[in-house]
Amino acid sequence: MFTEVKKNSQIFQDSNHLLPKSELEVSNIIKEAYKKKLPIDIHGANTKKFIGYNVQAAKSLDLSSLNGIIEYLPEELYIKVKPGTLLEDVETALEKNNQELSFEPTDFGYIKNGKSNKGTVGGCVACNFAGSRRFKSGSVRDFVLGFRGVNGKGDIIKSGGTVVKNVTGYDLSKLVSGSFGTLVALTEITLKISAKKPSQNTIVIYENDPKVISELFQKILSSSNEISGAVFIPDEPQNKKFDLNKSKAFKFNDLDQEGSFFALRVEGDKNSIKERIKDISNELDLKKHKTSNLDPHQSPLFWKSVNSLQLFSETKNNLLRVVVPPANCEKVMNNIKNKFKYFIDWSGSLFWIEVPGKDDDKLKEVKKMILQNNGYLTIIKKSEEFDFSEKIFTIDDTKLMISKKIKESFDPKGIFNPGKMYKDF
Amino acid sequence: MSEIALPKVDRSIVSKKETIVSNLKKFTLKENVLSELDEIKPYETDALAAYKNLPLAVVLPENTEEVSEILKYCHQENIKVIPRGAGTGLSGGALPLNDAIILGLGKFNKILDIDFENKCVVTQPGVTNLSITHAVKHKGYYYAPDPSSQLACSIGGNVAENSGGVHSLKYGTTTNNILGVEMVMMDGTICRLGGKTLDQEGYDLLGLICGSEGLLGVITEVTVKILKNPQTVKAALIGFPTIEDGGNCVTDIISNGIVPAGMEIMDKALIDATEKFVHAGYPMDAEVLMIVELDGTKSEVDELFKQIKEIAEKNKSNSFKLSKSEKERLGFWSGRKAAFPACGAMAPDYYCMDGTIPRGKLSVILKEISRLSKKYNLGVANGFHAGDGNLHPLILFDGSDKEQLRRTEEFGAEILKACVRMGGALSGEHGIGIEKRELMCEAFNDIDIQQQLNIKKCLDEKNLLNPGKVYPILRKCAEEGRVHVHRGEEKFPDLPRF
Repeated sequence: MFTEVKKNSQIFQDSNHLLPKSELEVSNIIKEAYKKKLPIDIHGANTKKFIGYNVQAAKSLDLSSLNGIIEYLPEELYIKVKPGTLLEDVETALEKNNQELSFEPTDFGYIKNGKSNKGTVGGCVACNFAGSRRFKSGSVRDFVLGFRGVNGKGDIIKSGGTVVKNVTGYDLSKLVSGSFGTLVALTEITLKISAKKPSQNTIVIYENDPKVISELFQKILSSSNEISGAVFIPDEPQNKKFDLNKSKAFKFNDLDQEGSFFALRVEGDKNSIKERIKDISNELDLKKHKTSNLDPHQSPLFWKSVNSLQLFSETKNNLLRVVVPPANCEKVMNNIKNKFKYFIDWSGSLFWIEVPGKDDDKLKEVKKMILQNNGYLTIIKKSEEFDFSEKIFTIDDTKLMISKKIKESFDPKGIFNPGKMYKDF
Repeated sequence: MSEIALPKVDRSIVSKKETIVSNLKKFTLKENVLSELDEIKPYETDALAAYKNLPLAVVLPENTEEVSEILKYCHQENIKVIPRGAGTGLSGGALPLNDAIILGLGKFNKILDIDFENKCVVTQPGVTNLSITHAVKHKGYYYAPDPSSQLACSIGGNVAENSGGVHSLKYGTTTNNILGVEMVMMDGTICRLGGKTLDQEGYDLLGLICGSEGLLGVITEVTVKILKNPQTVKAALIGFPTIEDGGNCVTDIISNGIVPAGMEIMDKALIDATEKFVHAGYPMDAEVLMIVELDGTKSEVDELFKQIKEIAEKNKSNSFKLSKSEKERLGFWSGRKAAFPACGAMAPDYYCMDGTIPRGKLSVILKEISRLSKKYNLGVANGFHAGDGNLHPLILFDGSDKEQLRRTEEFGAEILKACVRMGGALSGEHGIGIEKRELMCEAFNDIDIQQQLNIKKCLDEKNLLNPGKVYPILRKCAEEGRVHVHRGEEKFPDLPRF
């Protein structure tokens, strides 16, 4: 033990890029940093590094070597992995047993450099961004059953477990999800997994009117047909880059991508899909609309395109992730239409909006409008001209005060990703 | 009455009772402050009736501002506060302290906003779980978490305990079904966490508060998600000749990608007890009985039951009965829901445990319980939310025999320790409260617990809000951890408990 500590202490002094291979090494490195009060930039595959403020840290703690599936029990519906495990590897392992991560992790690779890269499980949990199935299945945080990690003092801590029902102390799994590595360096994560539905179809509805779109979203939320995806991809504003991305991302035999379109996904066995589509056709009065159907081959690829944000591939502008109560969808749509490139997911709740770089006033204007609509917004990608006095995460003063205290309880010297989420800590 | 260590009583607070009571009356109507023995006696315990203790006083504020003023005052004066909802909790989370006031949320009993467009209901915390569903059912909606006490338990209490129910496997527990809360911190600060949007940004404080057993803040408003009723709901009763066969069938159903809305297992002792009690028509030749419920479209439900029947037959099931009507489906559940009173009729006392285990360990834990039953020479009946791994063994004993009581306590603690050893948890849905407090060190080490205490400290620096609950006082693994019911003295005897 003593030599181990010494060795790690040596690693700590020799290099600024720390690549621990075990939980104990992580703990020893952090103990050393705590002692010296040295800020550390904690990260995995760096696929989402552009989210949040830049971290000024002397040392970078790279968790990507801490990888691998520790335990996968398909019949118990959980998988326990090390944080640096690639999401892709997890999904491949699950696929073999017809299982999946039903929160559909967002792929930020296209935003970064035009290529798919989902990054690591640790990064996914640290950011808590769920894809199209969110409104039906839950967010990343709903699937984190437990974790092990190292706090800012170097102590190894754990919370939760492998079971879905667990009321044993505070639910720290929730707190750690979406904390952007500012509370804990994760060393082990247990995720709840789900059975993959045998088949899926996507109905495309060619519509453009905000009122009609908003009504379609509402009807989907009121349906008992377990619709597991509902998006609107507009054909506006006229913009070459947007059109190009759109035609690349949504190139399917049965999709006419000339204009705007709305799409909904139905999953299940073939008979139940048929039964559901029949019912949905009545609920949504589909006779009135021009529609097409993406078969079980095209449908998964369509949703992959949606969840990898290919519409904003390699964007140089500000990209905003906005969540509003679904009933405010139409108001928000009317506010941004013809002004910005955007699309709507989560059946009317989630907006991805691109705001041009050199225009701080527009950013402020959108922010104000979203807050008026009882929503919140995260500036996911910042343009080169981004004014860093602008808040990246929406937060009110009371919550900021509580968050600061929570941060101190995990990381008393403030050495984990300082300033990543909020300027004060 | 059982004994348990409680935080040291601050005599200086007790001696100031009169001043405190008169000061509390400044913050709310005079009649909302109770201090006479006959007034405060009903608050001496919650549904873990084995433990009783009188509070200094009881205050029943009527709005958030009053709660804030009261907490601010108590914070300044170092007065401990125990928040209380409907008092149906099974782990003693609302047990009073002699130097603490009970802050009852009973007057927060109104639904504030039914928002069908945003698929949510904004409600005060004292509203019962079931009345939320009642308020929206005319339009075909419901609130998913369904703890067995849903008729009486309050939604604020559900948030505090992260209550589950029979349908947690498919629909999650409270934490997965709420969108926001308004909360008052111990120093009187009012804050809003979440709202009508999915998820929240920044630290998931809503997720932290849910299941925090009243230690971090007082919930004064809750926004819950509502869901559309499924098109078809059916249930099947399936009998098995051995525990292994039943356990394997649970595993096989899940392995085949089927997610039942509910999946329950009862052992022979519980089948016999409940059948005698309510005559639900359970197969008496079965060693193990499974109730499986599915929901979805008609063709999907029918197709999946076909598959389940095949899986059950492969696992040597000796009976299979599918509900043909809603009445029959409810009949299937009636026995399961009568588990507590049925056990109450079999022995003078019973202890209800609430551990969770990985589903696949079902037959292992049932065998272990049966071994322990012989070792301690005490009867036990087992009900099990097999879908989500939540086990409720009911240990039968006679509390007037001190020796039996001691054995029961040891028996119960051994079951929970076995759950933790098998990769499960000490509590699935009843919470830790005072009941399983000293067992926390079975699941966590001192460092884990210290981290949790640090969080407590940053939100309640003086440790005044519900002190003595959840975290061990003694720091030793005492033999505790169960619901003790003596000679029908159960609180809320009419509530189904399952």
